[in-house]
Amino acid sequence: MEAASISGADAQLKGPALGGRLGRIVAQALRTWRGKVGLGLTLFVVAVAFLGPVLGGTGPLDLKGAPFEAPGHATGALGGDALGRSVLARVLHGGWHLMLIALAATVLAVVVGTAAGVVAAYRGGRVDSLIMRSVDVLLGVPQLVFVLMMLSVIGAKTWLVIVSVGLTQAPQVARVLRAAAQDVSERDYVKAVAAWGVPPRTVIRRHVVPSLLSPLMVESALRLSFSIILVAGLAFLGLGVHPPGADWGVMINENRVGIAANSWGVLAPSILLAALAVGTNMFSDAIARAGLSSARTGDPSLELFAVSATGAGEVVPLQEVPE
Amino acid sequence: MAADPLQVAPVDAVRHTATPSLRRRFSQALATRPILSMVLSRLALGAVTIILIAIIVYVATTVLPGDAATAILGHSATPERVAKLRAELGLDKPLLTRFWHWATNALSLNFGNSLGEAAPATSVGTVASNSVTSLASERIENSAVLVLVSAVISTVLGLLMGVYAAYRRDGFFDTVGSVFSLVASALPEFVVAIFCVLLFSTSVFHWFPAISVLEPGVSILSQPEKLVLPVLALVIVVTPYMFRMTRGAMIEALDSDYVEFARLKGASTARVALRHALPNALAPIIQVVGLNLLFLAGGIVLVETIFTYPGLGLMLVSAINGRNVTEIQYIVILLAVFYVLLNIVSDVCVLIVTPRRRYPR
Repeated sequence: MEAASISGADAQLKGPALGGRLGRIVAQALRTWRGKVGLGLTLFVVAVAFLGPVLGGTGPLDLKGAPFEAPGHATGALGGDALGRSVLARVLHGGWHLMLIALAATVLAVVVGTAAGVVAAYRGGRVDSLIMRSVDVLLGVPQLVFVLMMLSVIGAKTWLVIVSVGLTQAPQVARVLRAAAQDVSERDYVKAVAAWGVPPRTVIRRHVVPSLLSPLMVESALRLSFSIILVAGLAFLGLGVHPPGADWGVMINENRVGIAANSWGVLAPSILLAALAVGTNMFSDAIARAGLSSARTGDPSLELFAVSATGAGEVVPLQEVPE
Repeated sequence: MAADPLQVAPVDAVRHTATPSLRRRFSQALATRPILSMVLSRLALGAVTIILIAIIVYVATTVLPGDAATAILGHSATPERVAKLRAELGLDKPLLTRFWHWATNALSLNFGNSLGEAAPATSVGTVASNSVTSLASERIENSAVLVLVSAVISTVLGLLMGVYAAYRRDGFFDTVGSVFSLVASALPEFVVAIFCVLLFSTSVFHWFPAISVLEPGVSILSQPEKLVLPVLALVIVVTPYMFRMTRGAMIEALDSDYVEFARLKGASTARVALRHALPNALAPIIQVVGLNLLFLAGGIVLVETIFTYPGLGLMLVSAINGRNVTEIQYIVILLAVFYVLLNIVSDVCVLIVTPRRRYPR
């Protein structure tokens, strides 16, 4: 009898299934112009990056014409790059690699950050202060500087870029999710499950984390947008991984000297990177607002997370009240 | 607890027998001085943070596959010469000894000599100092000018725009400003810098130099035209946060009861905004100034590289490319100290402008 009532209350408080809530928040985000424009821009750049190598522009490595050749000659519609390769072909080939690395780093950051933040919040005490002090240490150096330092040690390897970018983003995720999880851990249904004798690991996995869906989504989108910027910045500095084909960040660096002769070599990858960064950021903003308004309708845990959408990469209260 | 009169009275009564212990008096003094106690505890935490960062930096930079001796002499050097230099540099000692040596030297601001091409591995007694700190001093100055000018401009600009947008909420300026800030805040700083170069230097207008190379010993302030584009790029990236936060904080303040009351009382619009609303919106604004300065400290790496601006960021990038270990260590520690101190200063300022936060319930 008692068991039934507890699990009944639990089911009730947990609300609809995970997939349903996820879909609802995305749908709500897509109802705003930010959501539509953000997703549109992101999908456009993703399409260019992943369909580009298949559809158009063969031979990103072929020397086709004169260096920094004007558009419309042998090198194609966007002219030539520093070595006389086709800018168009290189732009079409140069995105997928960067996106996969940024995506992998984001997944790592969200997984590690969530685990650290939730465990810190749920366990409290020494575990909490140990984790949060480590977070402070990692946040004590600019992200880019930290990543550069790691890369300078071992050299530019794909796994190292993923791990170092992921690790510099994880502390931010941990801060936000700790705040959220603290709130959730205080709730009656979590306390009830814990009192029933369910081991902490199961409580965290089955009852705390599912309630953090909205902050998780906001953080994932936001971290993706920062990871893209970081990975592209590394490539630009010549310290990232040089893919066999081309890379937008590397292109900007290579073609900088010829910016006056053929600006497309720099402009085309810059525009795509800008569209991707703005798109992912707008979409995360829309999700944060969707989370905020669904918080109005009853789930207070969602509210905190509108916060990180200010984009500063820090927990700052979002004082803008959405319409 | 220490301010509890019941606790103080017995001490007064037995004054002739014992004065309160030093520790007790210390904690009493702190309890009545929340700002001082916060500064002290944050400084202690900051010191721990910096020590940990120093350990990470030192270990990370000294486990380099090729060590400093090979870096200086090049790969063609004979093993005997490498071994001799390793002994000279103390590289044959255990890691812990070397770290202790390095850390104690670092405390007296001695970060060793640069391992760059001018390294006097053999040329003993060169006149020009090759120490990392003296090589970096000019760079620090240049970067400080860049960061401070950008911070001042973006703060003033963001404040004015934010207050205006909050006053004309949902007006034309507010709508355009919000969209612009959403776009600008998401842009990578090096992409913004590229757009600035294309627009103002190479392709559309030819107003400012595309690169900001300086001869050593020349102050950036004597050639301000070289400062314009780097500052512009940083201001564009950083102002949106200031704008958004000011707007949000001002809207909240303007909607409050005390502003309503001031209006009903008949205070002028300017007085309501500046005397009643703004002081209450200051705390979040200060936080953003702090965050922006932190962001700028990292942002200089990419922006300085684009403009070949002779600052700390460019120095770090070339140090990493050249595996110049001592330079990397110094710059990273310097940035970490800046980060920690800035965080403390901004938290103290927030505490000063919000008296109610000083005594947590």
